[in-house]
Amino acid sequence: MIEWLVPQASSYAASIDNLITLITVLVGFWFLVAQGVFFYFIFKYRERPGQKAQYITGEKKEEKKWISRPHNAVLVCDIVLIAMAIKVWVEVKQTMPPADAKVNVISQQWAWSFEHPGPDGKLGTEDDIRTGDELHVEVGKTYHFNLVSRDVLHSFSIPVFRLKQDAVPGRIIQGWFKPTKTGSFDIQCAEICGVGHGLMPGRIIIESPAAHAAWVAEQSQKKLASAKAP
Amino acid sequence: MSNAPHEEGWVKKYLWSTDHKIIGFQYLFTGMAMALLGGFFAYAFRMQLGFPGKSVPGYGLVSPNEYNALVTNHGTIMIFWFAMPVLIAAFGNFLIPLMIGCDDMVFPRLNRLSYQIFLLSAVILIASFFVPGGAFGGAWTAYPPLSAKHQYSLTPAGATFWLLAVALEFVAFLMGGINFVTTVMNSRAPGMKWHQIPVVIWMIVVASIVFMASVGPLVAGAVMLLFDQQFGTGFYDPVRGGDPILWQHLFWFFGHPEVYVVLLPAVGIVIDVIAVFARKKVFAYKTVLYTAFATGILSFFVWAHHQFVAGIDPRMANVFTATTVLISVPIAEMIFVTIATLYGGSIRLTTPMLWALAFVAEFLIGGVTGIYLGSSGSDIYFHDTYFVLAHFHYTFVPIAVIGSFAGVTYWFPKMFGKMLDEKLGKLHFWATIIPFNFIFIPLFITGAAGDHRRIHDYSRFPDLARADLQNLRAIATVATVAMLVAQVIFFYNFFKSMKSGKRAGNNPWNANTLEWSAASPPPHGNFEVLPTVYRGPYEYSAPGRESDFWPQDEPPDGETEPAQEAAE
Repeated sequence: MIEWLVPQASSYAASIDNLITLITVLVGFWFLVAQGVFFYFIFKYRERPGQKAQYITGEKKEEKKWISRPHNAVLVCDIVLIAMAIKVWVEVKQTMPPADAKVNVISQQWAWSFEHPGPDGKLGTEDDIRTGDELHVEVGKTYHFNLVSRDVLHSFSIPVFRLKQDAVPGRIIQGWFKPTKTGSFDIQCAEICGVGHGLMPGRIIIESPAAHAAWVAEQSQKKLASAKAP
Repeated sequence: MSNAPHEEGWVKKYLWSTDHKIIGFQYLFTGMAMALLGGFFAYAFRMQLGFPGKSVPGYGLVSPNEYNALVTNHGTIMIFWFAMPVLIAAFGNFLIPLMIGCDDMVFPRLNRLSYQIFLLSAVILIASFFVPGGAFGGAWTAYPPLSAKHQYSLTPAGATFWLLAVALEFVAFLMGGINFVTTVMNSRAPGMKWHQIPVVIWMIVVASIVFMASVGPLVAGAVMLLFDQQFGTGFYDPVRGGDPILWQHLFWFFGHPEVYVVLLPAVGIVIDVIAVFARKKVFAYKTVLYTAFATGILSFFVWAHHQFVAGIDPRMANVFTATTVLISVPIAEMIFVTIATLYGGSIRLTTPMLWALAFVAEFLIGGVTGIYLGSSGSDIYFHDTYFVLAHFHYTFVPIAVIGSFAGVTYWFPKMFGKMLDEKLGKLHFWATIIPFNFIFIPLFITGAAGDHRRIHDYSRFPDLARADLQNLRAIATVATVAMLVAQVIFFYNFFKSMKSGKRAGNNPWNANTLEWSAASPPPHGNFEVLPTVYRGPYEYSAPGRESDFWPQDEPPDGETEPAQEAAE
C-alpha cells in the first residue's frame, strides 16, 4: 500500500510493503467487525419506551464464549503477524548479504557526509570520494554502510528504501541496502537532533552502472586536480 | 492557629484544603488550564506546518528553535500536566472516597502536599519559557546527548528546568499513588467486597501501581541526566564510557507503561458510563479486571518497541515485537467486553454516553494502527513518521480528551450540584469529534507518504514538498483550530451551568454507585451516614424489580436498616 505513495527502490521495500498490506487486511477485518457490531448495537438497543434492558452477567459459560472466541481468534492473528513481522525484520536488519561495495555515512549537527569508494572500488583507501549531503550509489549492487554520528543521535532514513537506522555517537552501526531503481530521492534525519533538525536534508542518487562509473571518474579527476593545485 | 470560628476562610477552604474533593478540583482546574496551554502550543506549531513561514495570529513567527520548544512542551504538558492530573489525580481524588464510601483519603495532608508539588512543577515548566536560551526543544523523550549537553541543545537553562519539572511531577504522583492504593485497600465501606468495587476505581488503582513500579528507574535516570547537564558527568556520554541508549531504556521502561497508566482510568470511566446509560450490568466484570491486570503486567515488557531502529541488538526486536503485539489481546478483550455490555441494553444517548461511545469508536483506530508499529518489520518504515504521531493521538485524545469529557460530563452534577446543558453538551461533542478526525486522518496519510516528525518546514525535502501533502497538512491545521475553538462551548457550558444550571439532586442518572447517595455536591465528610454495601455496582435492570437500578447501599428487599444493624 505504501508503494502508492512512495516508490519502492530497494530489494526489501516490497517485503516491508507486503507486511504492511497483510497487517491492513487483518486489522482492517477486526476494525470493521468491531465497529459494525458496535454501531449496530447502539442502533438496535436504543431506548424504547416501556422496554427494560436485559440482565446479563456475562459470567455464564455460554455467555463467556462471546469474549473467549474472538479472544482466541485475535490471538491467532497476532501469532501470524508476529511471525511475518519477524521474517521481514530478519531479512532487513538481521542478515547481511555479501557486499558489492561499502559506503560510510557520517551524521552531525546538521549535515550528512558520505564516503564512497574511488576508482579502486575499495573504501578506506586514498582515492575515496567524500561528498556532503549527496550519496551516490549504483543500481543493482548490494551496499554495506557504516553509520556514525559525531555529536547527538541522528537517524539515517531513506523512505524509498524503507530503510531507517539511528546513528549513535560512539558506535559504528552497520546495515545494508540494494537499490533497485534509478533516480534521486530524499534522505532524511528521522531523529530530532536540535535546532537544525529540519535543515539536514540529503539526497540519494541511484545511477546506472555507466552513469555511476562516469560520476566516480569525474569526482576522482576533480580530487586529483585539487590535490595538484598549489 | 487561634481558636478561629469553624467557618473556614477562602484560602483555607480552596487552596490549603485537605478535603479530597477540593484537591480533586485543584488537579482538575490546573489540568484544564495546562491543556489550554498545550492546545495553544499545538495551534502555533500546526499553523507553521499548515502555512509555513507565515506569522501566526496571536503568536507571531515560529522560528525553528521555538518550533522545537513548542512541540516538546506540547507533548510534555499533554501527558504529564493534563492527562495524568485530570484522569488519575482529579478523578482519583474526587471519586475514590465517594465511590468506596468513606469520608476522605487515608493521608489527607500527603494529598495536599502532592498537589502543591504538582503545582510547583507546573510553575517551573512554564518558567522554562522565560529563561535565557528559551525552553527545552529536544522532544518530550529528551534523548541524550542532545538533552545532556548545552552545546547541542542550545538551551542551557531550559533543559534543566524541564527536567526538574518532570521529576517533581513524578514525585507528586508517587504521593498520590500511595494514597489511592492505601485508601482503596483500607477504607472501603462495610460490605464492599473486592468484586463490588466499581471498575473505574480498580482501573485507577492498577494504573497507580503500574506508575509507581515503573517510574523509579526514570527518576534515577533523570538525576543522572541532571548531573550530565549541570555537573558535566558522563552517564550518557559515550566518550567517557557512558551510553546514550541507557536513557532510552529507562525512559521507555516508564514511558510505555505510562500509556496504560492513563488508558486504564479512561477505560474505567467509559465502562462505568456505558453501564449506567445502557442500563446494563457490565459484561463479565471479572474479565474486565483480569484484562486490566494482564495489560498492567504485559506493559512492563514492551518498552523496546520504541527502540527497534535505535541501535539495540536487532535480535531483541523479535522479543519485543511478540510482547507488543500480544498486548493487543487484553486490550481487544476490554473493547469486546464494552461492546458486549451494550447488547440487550436500553441505550440513552446523553452527553456523557456520547463521549463514552466515541471513546470506543476512536480508540479502536488508535488500537489497530498500533499493530503496524509494534511489528518490527513495518516499524522500520513508520518509525518517527507522522503515522506514529497520528496513531498515538488516536489513543491519547480518546484517553485524555474524550475520556475526561465523559467523566466530567457524567460527574458534573455530583461535583457542583447542577446539571450541564445537554444541548450545548451535544453541540460541543460534535464540534470536537468531527474536527478531531480531520486532524489525524490526514496525518496518517502524510506519515505513510514519508513525513518525518519534528520538522519545522518540509520545503527542503523535494519528495515531501508536494502540493498534495501540503494540502493535507493544511487540512489538519484548520481542523486543529476548529477543535480548539469548539472548547469555548465547553467552558461556557461548564461555568454557566455551575452557576445557574438545573439543580441535580442526589442521583440524576439513576446510578448505583455510592457517590450518588451522597448529597450533590457532597459536604465535607461526604456522607451523612457512612454507607453499607449490599451488592455490586452494576445491578441495572435486575429481574423482578420495578426500578431499573439498585443502589449498592440500598438494603435488600424486606430488610430494614435496624434489622441489618442487629444482624451485625
